[in-house]
Amino acid sequence: MIYAAGIDVGSTQTKSVIVNDKLEIVARSLIDTGANVTKAGERGFTDALKASGIRREEVVYVVGTGYGRYKVTFGDTQITEISCHAKGASYLFPATRTVIDMGGQDAKGIKVGEGGDVKDFVMNDKCAAGTGRFLAQAAEALALPLDDIGEISLKAKNPVRLTTVCTVFVESDIISYLAQGKKIEDILGGVHSAIAARTISLVRRVGIEAEVTFTGGV
Amino acid sequence: MAKTAEANKTNYQGQMHLLQKELMGNYFNQMTRAAEHGEGKAAYMLISGNPVELMLAFDLIPVYPEINALQLAVKKVALPFIQKAEEIGYSMDNCAYVKADVGLFLGDRKTPFATIPLPALILCNYVGCNVYLQWFEHLAEYCDGTLYNLDIPFMRDPSGKPTAADVTYVVRQLEEVIEICEKITGKKLDYAKLKRIVALSGETGEIWSRIKGLTKNVPSPFDSYFDSVTMMAPLYCLRGTEGGLKFFETALKEMQEKVDMGQGPLPEERFRFVIEGPPPWPYLRTFRDLFSKWGAVAVASTYSTVGGLWEFGFKHDSNRPLESIASHMLEWNLTNRNFLQRYEQIRRYVEEWSADALVIHSVKSCRLFSAGQGDMREYFTKELGIPTLLVESDIEDPRYFSEAQMKNRIDAFFESLEHKKIVRGAAAAGGAT
Repeated sequence: MIYAAGIDVGSTQTKSVIVNDKLEIVARSLIDTGANVTKAGERGFTDALKASGIRREEVVYVVGTGYGRYKVTFGDTQITEISCHAKGASYLFPATRTVIDMGGQDAKGIKVGEGGDVKDFVMNDKCAAGTGRFLAQAAEALALPLDDIGEISLKAKNPVRLTTVCTVFVESDIISYLAQGKKIEDILGGVHSAIAARTISLVRRVGIEAEVTFTGGV
Repeated sequence: MAKTAEANKTNYQGQMHLLQKELMGNYFNQMTRAAEHGEGKAAYMLISGNPVELMLAFDLIPVYPEINALQLAVKKVALPFIQKAEEIGYSMDNCAYVKADVGLFLGDRKTPFATIPLPALILCNYVGCNVYLQWFEHLAEYCDGTLYNLDIPFMRDPSGKPTAADVTYVVRQLEEVIEICEKITGKKLDYAKLKRIVALSGETGEIWSRIKGLTKNVPSPFDSYFDSVTMMAPLYCLRGTEGGLKFFETALKEMQEKVDMGQGPLPEERFRFVIEGPPPWPYLRTFRDLFSKWGAVAVASTYSTVGGLWEFGFKHDSNRPLESIASHMLEWNLTNRNFLQRYEQIRRYVEEWSADALVIHSVKSCRLFSAGQGDMREYFTKELGIPTLLVESDIEDPRYFSEAQMKNRIDAFFESLEHKKIVRGAAAAGGAT
């Protein structure tokens, strides 16, 4: 049996998958990228191999992607995650025409053609405002686990209006809402609305066309 | 034969660049001599459509604060000057050219390339940017130089043509500038000399336009963004001089040789693109490498027209020196042109220079240049179907350049162009069988 692997060394986490010759996912791993980007790629790949019992030499092709793609030194090729998200979304959902990728530090809108080719894309610029990091900061400010804030925010009845999606200022914004006696679910509802509004305006720049596929950790 | 080609290649690299180095070195030395030994008087001007011919007629040394600022950035020494300006109150968002220059001006004006002389005349020749207007007003505030603000009407008509009144209005102002120059230098305008200088500018501009036309060849003999920079300095600092003309004659000869030999700036030209916007000076090499890696060559750039647009038919006319300088200032430089004209210029570049794509480099600290580039991207992508990439950093301030993000965008953009190329290639091969 032969296999291929994809390793996404992202700004926050490193994701690895191994597929068989029928393009079925047979192994995966998810670890924090940390400070050593080269090691993160290797470790992620090794973890996926271990979990599946597949031997290194059985993996005939390795693609590196994400910000750390050039550090996947054992990879055969490096491709940006923009092309990978388009290709992946289109493979899983062939009618995909728009991809919204929400990652740890990036939000992207990708216009996709048939077969997953990138027709156009836009990204947030040089600032992690309104991305996954923004949600993580909000969770931290409220001392809640990141995984819980989605569910809590769905209980919001009167979501607050956040004036900014700035990852740095979100903490002081939240504290000021807490001081005003706002409910946690309403604050989180506001946090999610703000991030959604920001993302829509970003994605509208490439044009939103059905079907829309969401990718990324958020 | 192969040996001759190799020899020519070496000659090409040597002659043009060495001559540029020598002439620009002389230009900067002249500035230093003026600053340190009082040899000659300096006139400060802006790059966009300036009347340098008039200054040369009075033997005034043209000094361009923009060029000084960008030289500081290229030599990676701009930041302390920027910070100095910020310390006295210039905002973080203020034009970084202004801050670098003000920081320099308020010190001893020593740079790694020249000591900058104080100005006898501060001639603000471009009012399309209100920040630039205030920049020169500030400089006047900090020294004893005479300030004159030329009011150049913007090309507000969709046709992009100035009215007859516009031309007269500018010529009248140039006549006032002549009077000021006569006072500063103590000599009368030598009209015959002015005509000779304007004729030199005309010839120089014409050759420059022919050089720029050579990038229509496949492969393009040089990169019309990154290599044009080498030619822009002599175009602005030495236009209207014998040395400037000689430089462009040499450059044309060598570029033509490259065309004849089928040589380009890269081993293989895989993509041709047009680029809009000034370059990130502090990271010029890094930025260039991001494109070179993909075999991408800029075949035309709008930036190389900020000081003048010669490739669409303009030529300085020595029979009407003042009118022709006025026409250059009004109509034939990028920044005084309206957005419809900027669109049209880019569209012609894409079509006539056979480009695959458009890249827009937006400048964070210059909203004036960058405003509208979002719409520009939409227009070229959606209306004309030209693949367009918008990236952002800065002309001067190194703090705005994020290499990882820049690389990611450029890589993704060329990945998609590469994909298109493969698909098109496969379709063509399929059609052929």
